[in-house]
Amino acid sequence: MLARVASLLEALGARVNGVVARLGFASRFFFALLRLSGTSFRRFHLTVREIYFAGVLSLIIIAVSALFVGMVLGLQGYDTLVRYGSAEAVGTLVALSLTRELGPVVAALLFASRAGSAITAEIGLMKATEQLAAMEMMAVDPIARVVGPRFWGGVIAMPLLAALFSAIGIFGGYLVTVPLIGVDEGAFWSQMRGAVDLHDDVVNGIIKSAVFGVAVTWIAVFEGYDAAPTAEGVSRATTRTVVTSSLAILALDFVLTAFMFRGA
Amino acid sequence: MMSRKMLDLWVGFFVAVGFAAVMFLALKVASTATFAAAEGYEVKAKFDNIGGLKVRAPVKSAGVVVGRVAEIRFDNQSFEAVVTMNIDKRYQFPKDTSAKILTSGLLGEQYVGLSAGGDTVNLKDGDTLKLTQSAIVLENLIGQFLFNKAAEGGDKKQ
Repeated sequence: MLARVASLLEALGARVNGVVARLGFASRFFFALLRLSGTSFRRFHLTVREIYFAGVLSLIIIAVSALFVGMVLGLQGYDTLVRYGSAEAVGTLVALSLTRELGPVVAALLFASRAGSAITAEIGLMKATEQLAAMEMMAVDPIARVVGPRFWGGVIAMPLLAALFSAIGIFGGYLVTVPLIGVDEGAFWSQMRGAVDLHDDVVNGIIKSAVFGVAVTWIAVFEGYDAAPTAEGVSRATTRTVVTSSLAILALDFVLTAFMFRGA
Repeated sequence: MMSRKMLDLWVGFFVAVGFAAVMFLALKVASTATFAAAEGYEVKAKFDNIGGLKVRAPVKSAGVVVGRVAEIRFDNQSFEAVVTMNIDKRYQFPKDTSAKILTSGLLGEQYVGLSAGGDTVNLKDGDTLKLTQSAIVLENLIGQFLFNKAAEGGDKKQ
C-alpha cells in the first residue's frame, strides 16, 4: 500500500521535474538565442532567406483564408444587423473583429501550422542527420547560424502577415456586403472609421501579432533543437510545435485582451 | 535553390505589401479622433445625473465632434457628477455655453452636446459650465408619465 503511494508520488514528481527542466532549458535556449542573434543581423541575407520561407510562402494561405473569413463575417454580420435596421454597421463589425482578434489570432494559427512546423522539421532533421554537430565541430555555433535567422525571420514576418490578414479580410467583407448585397458604400467606410481607433484597435492588434510571432517561432525553433534525433522524434516535435503554439496563441490572446481592452 | 536576387525581390515585395496593409488599416480603416491633452483645453460641467456617459465619449456641438470626455468624478460635497471635457483648441465657445447629455439614436451611445451662448468672453482652460441638463433616465420618465396619468384620473373622479 505504502509502496504504491510512494510510486504514485514519484511518478508525479518525475513529471513535474521534467516539465520544469524543459521550461528552464527553453528559457536558457531563448537567452542564448538573443545573445547570439547578432549574426542574424550582421549577415542579414540569412534572415532574408528565412523571411522568404516563413513569410512569402505563407502569403497564399493567409490571403485566401483572410478573404473567406472576411466574406463570412460580412454575410453573418449583415444577416444579424439587418434585423435591427443597422446594416451599415457591418463595416464596423468586420473591421473591429479583424483588427482586434481574428487578424492576429487566425494569422498566427495559420503561421504556426504553415511555417512553425516547417522550421521544427528542418532543424530537427538537421539535428538527426548530425549537421548541427558538424557545425559545432567547425566552431560554428548552430544557434547563431541556424536558429537565430529562423527565429528573427519568423518574428519579422508575423506582424506583416497579420496586418495583411486584417486588410484582406476587411476587403472581403466589403466585397460581400457593398457590391453584392448593396449596403451603402459611404456609410460602410465612414461608420468603420468612426468606430475603429488607430491606437486602441490597430496598434494593439499589431502588438498582439508581434507577441504571437515571438511565441510561435520560439516554440518552433526550440522543439526542433530539442527533438530526439530520430525520424519518430522529428515527427513528434513537429506535432508538439503545432499543438503547443496553438494553445500558447489562444492563452496569450486572452491575457493580452484582458490588459488591452479592459473596460474601454 | 533560388538566386539571391530573386529572394531579395520576393522578400521586398512581401515587406512592401505588409506595410501597405498597415497603412491601409491606419489610414482607411482607423481614425485618430482622440485629441491629445496638449492640443486642447479642459472645461468642467456638473450634472445631477450623467446616465450612461463614459470616459472618451464624444463632445459635440451642432453634431460635430469638438472634444472628448476626459474624466468623470463624483463630487461628495454637492452630490453631483463632475465631467471634465477636453475640447479641441480650434473650437472656442462663449462663457455661457450650456451642456446637455444626449443619446445618439434610440440605442446609441451617450455624448455631451454643447450649445453656444451669447457671451462675448470665451471659455478658458479650467472653466466650469454653469448651465447643464442631465441625461434622461428612462425609468424617471416612465415614472413621471404614470404619475401624471394617475393625477389626471384622480382629477376626473372629483
